[in-house]
Amino acid sequence: MKLFKLIWKDKLAAISLSIIAVTIIAGIFAPLFAPHDPAEVNMELRFAPSSWEYLLGNDHLGRCILSRLIYGIRPSVLWVFVALAISVGIGAILGFVAGYFRGKTDAFVMRVCDVMLSFPGYVMILAVIGILGVGLENILIAFVIMKWAWFARIIRTSVMQYAEADYVKFSKALGVSNIKIIMKHIVPVALPDVAVISSSSFGSMILQLSGFSFLGLGIQAPNAEWGMMLNEAREVMFSRPEIMLAPGLTIIIVVSAINFLSDSLQVALDPKLMTSKHKLQGQTVASSAKLQGKEVA
Amino acid sequence: MLSVNQVEKSYKKGGLFSGERQKVLSNISFECKQGECLGIIGESGSGKSTLGRLLLGIEKPDHGTILFEGKSVDDRKARLGNISAVFQDYTSSINPFYTVEQAMMEPLKLQGMVRQEAQIKIDLLLYQVGLNPSYRTKYPHELSGGEAQRVCIARAVSTEPKCIVLDEAISSLDGSVQIQVLELLKSLREIYNIGYIFITHDIQAASYICDRVMIIRNGQIEEMVKIEQLKDVQSAYARKLLQMIIT
Repeated sequence: MKLFKLIWKDKLAAISLSIIAVTIIAGIFAPLFAPHDPAEVNMELRFAPSSWEYLLGNDHLGRCILSRLIYGIRPSVLWVFVALAISVGIGAILGFVAGYFRGKTDAFVMRVCDVMLSFPGYVMILAVIGILGVGLENILIAFVIMKWAWFARIIRTSVMQYAEADYVKFSKALGVSNIKIIMKHIVPVALPDVAVISSSSFGSMILQLSGFSFLGLGIQAPNAEWGMMLNEAREVMFSRPEIMLAPGLTIIIVVSAINFLSDSLQVALDPKLMTSKHKLQGQTVASSAKLQGKEVA
Repeated sequence: MLSVNQVEKSYKKGGLFSGERQKVLSNISFECKQGECLGIIGESGSGKSTLGRLLLGIEKPDHGTILFEGKSVDDRKARLGNISAVFQDYTSSINPFYTVEQAMMEPLKLQGMVRQEAQIKIDLLLYQVGLNPSYRTKYPHELSGGEAQRVCIARAVSTEPKCIVLDEAISSLDGSVQIQVLELLKSLREIYNIGYIFITHDIQAASYICDRVMIIRNGQIEEMVKIEQLKDVQSAYARKLLQMIIT
């Protein structure tokens, strides 16, 4: 709750958070928010400009662009988030284990990561899609397979610097179990780093998924997806350039919102960078306590 | 209470496939009695901090045993609340995300103390180290070096351990604060009857607080003397060390 308040004070972060929240809610409850069926073809309204009934106009098949954007949140944002959560989860577990225990565990995990990272990412994702077939879920599986190693590596590096700290040594000396030390000391301290790298790669994953859909490898017609909407708009790029605006801007806005939020998350999570009010209150309490002490003396 | 028997420790040198090892400690044996303050003195690189880590059970010796009241210090359960530590670097001794209260709560919680009881205890401990209760809500970066080190000391004594390993605990503080902290350690020792293992390169500080000092050089015990007989040290190296301070 404290975290939420801190973020709320930062205007840019507050706007980003609202955009993301609205996007997620609209995506989950897409049937409630969308004014029309996203797959409903209405050839009379081909390339119709925006009107009160179709707020963002209609595409080359006369489908409602706004409804398609709202339904497109599901694959473009929500499923990407699931894939990201899984790959960060795998990466975090391996990274924490490798960075904390060091030694042979570390060497083994890191060599596996090196092998995974030595494959060129895009080519491997294309290969996985080639094996498993075209489709959204296969792209997401390919994402998870290709990305966890990168997360494991970065998280391990950030864990390593914290695992050396004296407060971890102190807990070890006290006899706290390793799992408890990781949960109590290392996870909270490393969390800002993890949050920042995962949110910045969230943005790039949305763009990549859109890219693959643009190439026609992702989700298949007539389902709506932002990248695919761009692809469809590309066909009429010179005669009707405005069709590109809606999906293009949506992607830019959501991705920027995530990046801005991740920046301010890092600030909000770090007590050293916090400039919260309760700090000031603490100081006044301290000074009044000192005064009282003097009175007694 | 703490008995160390022929302990050896070496670290791997070089990369993954190099078998070369550097010996840090060899054939270390000594004992430390209940409530005794033992100083471990040595130059940097002599292996005194490694010995400290072994005593705390953070690392395992290659050979030999370290027994705490008859049980190996490797055993987490044997250490629980009985051994504690204060380290040199006060900036990283407290989790930067914890307030002073949260940091001090950790060892108390581990002992299964109820929250309310622990609160009272924290107030008492802060008072004993000369800090007022308003420090509870502060984060480590808001404390000065001396204050942070006091919090660390308070945290170390909170479980009323039988032995505290102080690894260069006062070395990064400035002169006047060093004396304050040494006085504090002395007074706490009288209250709780704790044994200290005082690792330092500073003979003066060691002679101020310790009952016995152990001089260590290149990973071997050079000499062990009672503090009253410090001026009668036998070995040439120990004499040289003393000479350097006197002149």
